[in-house]
Amino acid sequence: MRETISALLANYEEAAAIILFVIGLTMLLFHGNLIKKLIGMNIMDTGSFLFLASMGYIDGRKAPILVDGYRGVEDYINPVPAGLVLTGIVVSVSVTAVMLSLSIRLYRRYHTLNVDDVYLLSRHQLEDR
Amino acid sequence: MGIDFIRNFPLFTIVLSLFSSVLCMMLDGRRAKRYTVCYECFLIALSCAVLWYVSETGEAFTYVMGEFPAPWGNEIRAGVLEALFAVMFLTILLCSVLGGWRFLLIDVEHSKINLYFTLINLLTAALMALIWTNDIFTGYVFLEILTLSSCGILIVREIGRTTLAAVRYMVLNLLGSGLFLLGVVLLYSLTGHLLMVPMRAAVAEIVAEGGVITITFSLAVLTIGLGIKSGLFPFYFWMPDTYGTATPASAAILSALVSKAYILLLFKIYWRVIGMEVFEQLPIRYLLFGLGILGMVFGSVSAIRANNIHHMVAFSSAAQTGYIYMGLGMGGPLGYVTALFQVLAHAVTKSLLFLTTPRLARVSGDSLLFQNLEGSAIRDKSAGIFFTLCSFSMVGIPIFAGFSAKLLFAVAAVETGNLGVLFATMLALAVSSVLNALYFIRTVIRVYTAGRGGADISAPRIYAEEHNDADTAEPVPDTGSRLSYWVPALILTGMNLFLGLFSWVTVDFIRRGLAMFA
Repeated sequence: MRETISALLANYEEAAAIILFVIGLTMLLFHGNLIKKLIGMNIMDTGSFLFLASMGYIDGRKAPILVDGYRGVEDYINPVPAGLVLTGIVVSVSVTAVMLSLSIRLYRRYHTLNVDDVYLLSRHQLEDR
Repeated sequence: MGIDFIRNFPLFTIVLSLFSSVLCMMLDGRRAKRYTVCYECFLIALSCAVLWYVSETGEAFTYVMGEFPAPWGNEIRAGVLEALFAVMFLTILLCSVLGGWRFLLIDVEHSKINLYFTLINLLTAALMALIWTNDIFTGYVFLEILTLSSCGILIVREIGRTTLAAVRYMVLNLLGSGLFLLGVVLLYSLTGHLLMVPMRAAVAEIVAEGGVITITFSLAVLTIGLGIKSGLFPFYFWMPDTYGTATPASAAILSALVSKAYILLLFKIYWRVIGMEVFEQLPIRYLLFGLGILGMVFGSVSAIRANNIHHMVAFSSAAQTGYIYMGLGMGGPLGYVTALFQVLAHAVTKSLLFLTTPRLARVSGDSLLFQNLEGSAIRDKSAGIFFTLCSFSMVGIPIFAGFSAKLLFAVAAVETGNLGVLFATMLALAVSSVLNALYFIRTVIRVYTAGRGGADISAPRIYAEEHNDADTAEPVPDTGSRLSYWVPALILTGMNLFLGLFSWVTVDFIRRGLAMFA
């Protein structure tokens, strides 16, 4: 038990990332409100990004940009995870934008953002068809 | 410029599609359609050239982007398998767009039809990228592009239910994408690579050092993510709403290509990132096998209970996806070959089914309910014939693709030499075939029975809603027997018969592709 806790504390960034991911996943799955689902999705993605960013960062090292000459491999961090996070953020933003526009459309039609309510409202139409 | 110029073609299929999607925004609807049709033909020619090239040289090639060598750069890789799937997918995409064109004119506002083709080109780019890529993070990015563009082609039909279906589809897909991203991040943290070849070497090292559990966990997360997106049991409940409410061309593309592209990506990860030797030791394989069989049975049971022909066809997609996962889980060289064969067999059949059922509904007062469809095949003879042929393929009548797939599954089960697998597969095939026959043959009989169908059209209609809206002045285009339906339907049926009668040609191609895939 103590070993587990100390392992978690040593890797607190990764632990936090996984906790964030699970919180987001739960929100996305179980919240009825579409906006809250979207917030959940963003928290979930943030969890993944934190995981990536914490992997790329090494305490005491700098970004690999040469300002005053090359200082050796030991002086720089790995820039790839940061690049991945940036790409991931762009993807996440565009997905959020599309989902928000869908939410607006849904709200205009059914005057509610609760997916379960909308489902009930449209259920009779679905069954009749 | 020698013959080696063909090595650039895979990249062209991705980049030119992105360019075309921007171009279609600037054209008007009809021009965008003409351009897209010509462009897709051009892409098919490019992919055929790649297929010819890799068959001739007998080895796959890697295209290194920006000339950065292996552990750093981004790569595209083309072998027989990739090229074969590119050719087939592009042909099915073209046939779906052409076959669904008349309905597109009804479903989409005329001023926005060019945007539909923008989305189609974007979707093509994503499909091509997922087929050719050798980099797992590129896979993630284009996975999201595929999700967004498929959501786009779903909501172009502006009725309330489509919006709801799109929201549910997107929520589940985002869940799947999130899990996939986590899986990719975990694998990256374990291996330190994103390109598939160095990843595989690192995975083999980790497994040799006893790190099977971490690899299994990452792979499980990836599998669940892509399983949700592709409709693996028990995540198939989004299918009827999604496929049932989309415009026919979109339904065909979504069920035949988009969900299959996710399965291809998963297969690629199993073969090229994890490696088959490692994958066959992992328990995930048995999980896939079991879930596949459950999907086959429960998908069919749901299809039997459906009262609407679109829901029935959609649930049958769930059952057919189960076949693919069963093949992946079965193991043995022929198991994987058959799973890939089933991807193609299902894609050619299901796309034509989704193009045909709306025509049956069209002559039955736009109703999809079974009782109103009685006699619809007599009213629209061509749709009736194609529906019957597709149903035969789905049930597994000889000479059709569905039969060859089922036969290959049985042979593959024998080849594994595992009695449990053999027994389970045979039982699943038998039960599933009977269930398939039950709902497809019943429907075929029903659409050929002259009943009261079409007379009682008091039920809500599929196209009623938008006609109540503002622009009723627009004349409804004729969806009768036309070349735009006949030609794609004949091509898809031809492909179906080819897969059925000459299955060994395709199987041989897939085998050679797999040999150079690892």
